[in-house]
Amino acid sequence: MKIVREALAGTLESSDLMVRIAPRDQGLELVLQSEVIHQFGTQIEAVARDTLEKLGIDAAQVIIEDKGALDCVIRARLQTVVRRAVDDWTADWSVLA
Amino acid sequence: MKLRRSMLFLPGANAAMLSTAFVFKPDSIMFDLEDAVSLREKDAARSLVFHALQMPIYAESGMETVVRINPLSSPFGMEDLEAVVRAGVDVIRLPKTDTPEDVHQLEIEVERIERACGRAVGSTKLMAAIESASGVVNAVAIAMASKRLIGIALAAFDYVMDMQTVRGDGSELYYARCAVLHAARFAKIDAFDAVFSDVNDDAGFLKEVDLIKRLGFNGKSLINPRQIELLHNAYAPTDEEVDYSRRVVAAAADGEKQGLGVISLNGKMIDAPIIEHARVVLRRAAASGTRK
Repeated sequence: MKIVREALAGTLESSDLMVRIAPRDQGLELVLQSEVIHQFGTQIEAVARDTLEKLGIDAAQVIIEDKGALDCVIRARLQTVVRRAVDDWTADWSVLA
Repeated sequence: MKLRRSMLFLPGANAAMLSTAFVFKPDSIMFDLEDAVSLREKDAARSLVFHALQMPIYAESGMETVVRINPLSSPFGMEDLEAVVRAGVDVIRLPKTDTPEDVHQLEIEVERIERACGRAVGSTKLMAAIESASGVVNAVAIAMASKRLIGIALAAFDYVMDMQTVRGDGSELYYARCAVLHAARFAKIDAFDAVFSDVNDDAGFLKEVDLIKRLGFNGKSLINPRQIELLHNAYAPTDEEVDYSRRVVAAAADGEKQGLGVISLNGKMIDAPIIEHARVVLRRAAASGTRK
């Protein structure tokens, strides 16, 4: 799937995150801001990249502002923002189950 | 003994509540994709609930997971179903169930998705929420509509609107409560009462709980975690009830050994329904503890 427009998902409430996505010609550019970046930054980025890979997204700019979200919330917010940014949503729910 | 006293509603779009609600330990936790979610957040809520259902904590806690999907006739219901059946939800709650055909249609779709994703056919259970005069009139047929049904629930807000009245002292729900309850008992499934929306009125809540418990409901839908402990305590047998039940069961065992057809305890005849009730009280006490 191809990111064709900018999109936003999530909130800045505690235990959540806000993610913005924008089209990019090649490669993933992932920017992460988090109050717990020293403890969990690597884990958050790994979950985000894994989710994008499962959704077939290999080119996008992704900016995550984390407020202490659990892995399940990170995956959910990435899935939502991708869905809002593509025209040709083809991912089956099973790829993320 | 599977207890379904408390069914806690959680708005599906609220990440913080989905991440932490297991700590409240309701008997069933219900993620809401319908009325508690705005139209523009339907997609986000569906994804949050899909991933929350896969949190090991929910599987390991023993809490039953329920998702209230949007009606299948809406633009959201079918995709809700595709997501939550794949995520392993225990029970699908169908809103606005007016006829048995609504349940049949849901069952067909659930089975299709189970086959598509490799989930055991029949493992997704169903619950029907009755929210209209039509649903109440058809309650028996709805309750008998599928072997997957674990219960039917009365949802009061839409029901009183359909009846052209408002929530009051409970008299406005009396017929519906009795109809839903009789349908559930006839079908040998559970019955759930409507939410009590004033979370600051503990006395009013407990009065309503006392009523629905005496009517025979298994439990109640809740909108605030504070109501869980109040509800569980009200449903727990008292120490006196447990003590009496133990003596009834012991007397029954003695009578059986002696070949007596009829037994008595403290001068009162003990018959089969009383003995069975005593056993139910003891099973409930073992599952929930006694009243504090």
